[in-house]
Parts: sequence; structure tokens; C-alpha cells
Amino acid sequence: MAAYLVKRILSLIPVLFVVTVVIFMIMHLTPGDPAASILGLEASQEEIDALNEKLGLDRPILEQYINWVGGLLRGDLGDSIFMRQSVGQAIAEHIGPTLSLAILAQLIAVILAIPFGMLAAYKRGKLLDISLMGLSLVGMAVPSFLLGLLLMLLIGVELRWLPIAGYKPLSSGLWEHLKFLILPGLSLGTIQAALITRMTRAAMLETMSHNYIKTARSKGLNEIRVITGHVFRNSLMPVLTVLGQSFGTLVTGAVVVESIFNIPGLGQLIINSIERRDYAVIQGVVLIITIIYVGINLVVDLLYGAVDPRVRLGRR
Amino acid sequence: MTVQQRADLATIRKQMLGEQRKLRLLQIKSNYGLMIGAGIFLLLLLIALIGPLFAPYDPAEMKVVDRLKAPSSEHWFGTDEFGRDLLTRIIYGARVSIGVGLLVSLLSSLLGLVIGLYASYYRALDHILMRICDGLYAIPGVLLAIALMAALGASVTNVVIALTIVSTPSVARIVRSAALSVRNLTYIEAMVVQGASSTRIIWRHIMPGTLSPLLVQASFVFAEAIISEAALSFLGVGIPAPDPSWGNILQAGKLVISKAWWMIVCPGALIVLSVLSLNLLGDGLRDYMDPRISGKGRKS
Repeated sequence: MAAYLVKRILSLIPVLFVVTVVIFMIMHLTPGDPAASILGLEASQEEIDALNEKLGLDRPILEQYINWVGGLLRGDLGDSIFMRQSVGQAIAEHIGPTLSLAILAQLIAVILAIPFGMLAAYKRGKLLDISLMGLSLVGMAVPSFLLGLLLMLLIGVELRWLPIAGYKPLSSGLWEHLKFLILPGLSLGTIQAALITRMTRAAMLETMSHNYIKTARSKGLNEIRVITGHVFRNSLMPVLTVLGQSFGTLVTGAVVVESIFNIPGLGQLIINSIERRDYAVIQGVVLIITIIYVGINLVVDLLYGAVDPRVRLGRR
Repeated sequence: MTVQQRADLATIRKQMLGEQRKLRLLQIKSNYGLMIGAGIFLLLLLIALIGPLFAPYDPAEMKVVDRLKAPSSEHWFGTDEFGRDLLTRIIYGARVSIGVGLLVSLLSSLLGLVIGLYASYYRALDHILMRICDGLYAIPGVLLAIALMAALGASVTNVVIALTIVSTPSVARIVRSAALSVRNLTYIEAMVVQGASSTRIIWRHIMPGTLSPLLVQASFVFAEAIISEAALSFLGVGIPAPDPSWGNILQAGKLVISKAWWMIVCPGALIVLSVLSLNLLGDGLRDYMDPRISGKGRKS
């Protein structure tokens, strides 16, 4: 297990290296002088030069990259020009709502998807299965921000059950916190559920074709026990992988959905920073979300290895 | 072998090929998802291509008196916040939204094909190219697109560039793995021994084996690109106004959500329809090309 752990973590180094290069390069794709575009049209040449020097933009590009990565390794993401605070601080202030939303959405997705997936597999070929699969097919074609708009239209504007925009932190009470997150959480979670339902069903059907399920049935276990105890347990692996991968999609989806519901999360931070041309913040947000995403997938992989010795010892 | 026997053999061969073709046609016809998906998709393509000829109004014509009118016989989909006819704008928007999707799927297929093929053939190149793909793949797609758009600036061309960069790694990976399985077959070894050039082996002998998974992936990339374009335009970093796209109509609709439901529902329905048809098309193609992995094959 230790060898697998080390191998898996080492394999992340080239990925993270490329990620930093890409994120660094993106912000240098900007046409023209970044300092000039930050300061706007009225800035004098001296002001532009001064800012360039302050940001280190007058140095050779390799040196800039090394300085940036050096800062990252010390936990320093740079400074926001516009907000006059460090990028790390800005992200820390905005990450709460995004994570809260992503976790709630994942919870909704799991609560919907796993029973539905199991049910569809259990009733495969029947009307229930066909309608669930049809529904999930449509669900996969709906972008989460569109569902967000539709939910806002129906529940927020027409029925007025829930507030359509805003956010309260967890410290002001659980219900106050959740009230603002239910609609965005539903819009992200339901779409996610569509994919996970399919995966659960496929994994369950895969497992059901094995002989040990036949054994379980023939020793007289009732069908419910077979499904929940034997089939589901052995189908957990692929479902777990999808959950890990989908968390990345959820966080990015959250970035878009936040802007609909006016939630002050990372999405709002990055969109505002684009308008302000605050490139250090954009780099920081993309990097942090990518690291969270890569980290979750690592954890899923390790869990996979811990549970299934074939993965750990295999040729991977 | 006499001339007569040869002619007989040729007829039998022809008959067999005909049978095979009939069987394939039958397979396509019985694949409802593929048929429905292809049908809806062709219809949408047609709307994008020749729809503007039949559009009832000018997409930029503003009429202040007609601001935010609900759907009626005059304006089937209602009007927007400037009194422009929504149906017309959605038809013109189809050009942008479907056009972006088409370009992105074509460009990333082409790039992904080249990268995937060469990566599968040259070991050293494989390590470099695949690490770059891994890195790009590790950054969540829409987020990478947002960052790219922030750097490049909002325009149709830049949306295509950004989304192509985002989707190419997935295509390259799929082409590479298909190419690797072809590369290990004996006939490629035979080509190498015969002294065929690498270019010839790669393009004449390995490439055809990668086309079916590539086609399937291209249809998913297409669908994903339509969603991403809508998301980018919705956030205001995609297609800039006044050119209509489904995404920026939604963006405008969000501002008047309490007054004009049609500005959300109508472009939204078009997005869902096009993505749904492309997903059906992709799933259908996959089942058709490889019946083993379809749900039908496994049921026993």
C-alpha cells in the first residue's frame, strides 16, 4: 500500500507542473501590455512602467514563472491589485459558499441517484427503468445554470417559496444558510444525479451478471438483500469514481450557478476579477479549484486501492 | 480456376456484401436513439443554415413599443428587452451556437487525431504529449475556458479557440488508446518489416482504426461545446452583444426573469434539444459501431 501511495503521489508531479505552466501562460496570452490594460487608457507611461516593475512583469518570462511557482510553494498566491489584499485572503473569503454549495449539491445528487440507479437496475427493461433512463437522458442535456434559471422562475418568482438570490453564512443559522442554497444546490445536484443514476445502474447490471449473485439468489436470499447487500456493495467502486470526478464538474458548475443566485463565492470572485483584469486572482482561483479537483481524485484513487487489491498490485 | 468459377465467386462476393450492407442498414434503423438524435440534429442544422432566410423579422430591429411582449401570433416566441423578435434572434443565435459547436468539434477532432496518432507511434513524444494533455485535463473545463476568455477577450473566434483547447485532450486520449490497440496488431508489424514509411503506416493503416471512437467523441465534444458556449456567454465572457447566441439571450433573460419567462424557456429549450440530440447520436453511434458495449448485448 505504501508503495502504491508513493507512486500515485509522484505521478501527480508532472500533472501539477503542466497545470502551473498552463495557468501561468494563460495570463501572458493577454494581448498588449497587462499593466496598461489594468490601469486603463488614461495611465501615463511612467505609471505603466512603475506597475510593470512592481508586478515583476519587466523580468524575463522564465524568471517570472520561477518566482510565481516559488511563491506558490510557500503558499503565496500573489496579491490582488484591485482589492489590495493577498489572493490567498480573497480566496479564503470566497471559498466557503462555493464549497457549501458543491457539498450540498453532491449530497442531493447522491440521495437522488443511488436509489434511482438501484431501482432502475432492479426493474431493468420495465417501464420504471425506461422512464428513469429517459429522464436522466434529458437531465444530462440540461446545463445546470439553465435548470437554475428555470427553478428560479418557477419556485422563486411564481411560487415565491424560496429567496431567489443572496447568501447567508452558516453562522447565521442552518436554515438561514440552507434557504439560500436549496435552489442552486438543486439545480447542480439534479443534473449531477442524472449522470450518477446512469453510472449506478450500469455498475449494478455489470455486477448482477456475475455468478456469485446467482449463488446468493439460489441460497434463498430475498431479492432486496441480494440487491443491497451483494450487488450494491460490489458496484460501489465505479460509483465512487464518478462521485470523485463529478465533484470537479460540481465546483465549476457552482462557479456558473453562483452568478445566477448572487452567491458571493469563487464564481463571483473570478467573474468580477475578469472585469477588473485582476489576473493574479484569476490564476489563483483556477489553481485552487484544480488542486481541490486533483486532490479529490487522488483520495478516490487511494480509496479504490485500499478496497480493491487488484488496483494496488496491478500493472497501473 | 476457370473464368466461369471466378465470375461466380465475384457474384457471391457481391451478394454477400449486399447482404452485409442490408444488415447494417437494418441495424441503424432499429437503433431508435441514433435515428431520433440524427433527425433532430439535422433539423437544427438546417435551421442554423437556412433559417435566417425564413426569419420573420430583422434580428437587430428594435421596437420600443414592443418591449417584452409575451408570445403571440405576431411574435411566436415573444420579444426581448429591446422589442426585438425572439424567434428571429434564436434562429440567428442557432448559427452562432451550433456554428461554434461544429467548429470546436471539427478542430479538436483534427488536433486530437494528429496528437493521438503521433503519441501512439513515438514513445518519447507520447510521454511529453500525454503529460501536457493530463495537465490540461486536470483543470476543470469550463474554468479553463473562463480563464482563457479572460486573457483573450470576448469574441466568437476566441470562444472557438478556448473551447478547442479545452476539448482537444479528451479527443487525443481516445484516439491514442484506439491507435495503440491497432498498433499492436500483426499487420502493422508486417508493414514495418516491409519497410513502409512511418507516415504511411500512421495515416493509411492506423488512422482508419481510430475513426469510429473519434466520431463518437466528436459528437460529445459538440454537445459539450454548445453547453460551454452558453455558459461563457451567460457569464458575459463569451459571445458579446449585440450578436445573438443562445447563451447571451439567456444572460439578457436573467435580468428580466420576473417579467419575461419566454426569454429563459425558449433559448433554453433549444439548448436542451440540441445537446440531447447530440448525446443520442453519440450513444447511438457507439452502440452501432460496437454492439458489445450496448445495453442490449449484455441482457441475458
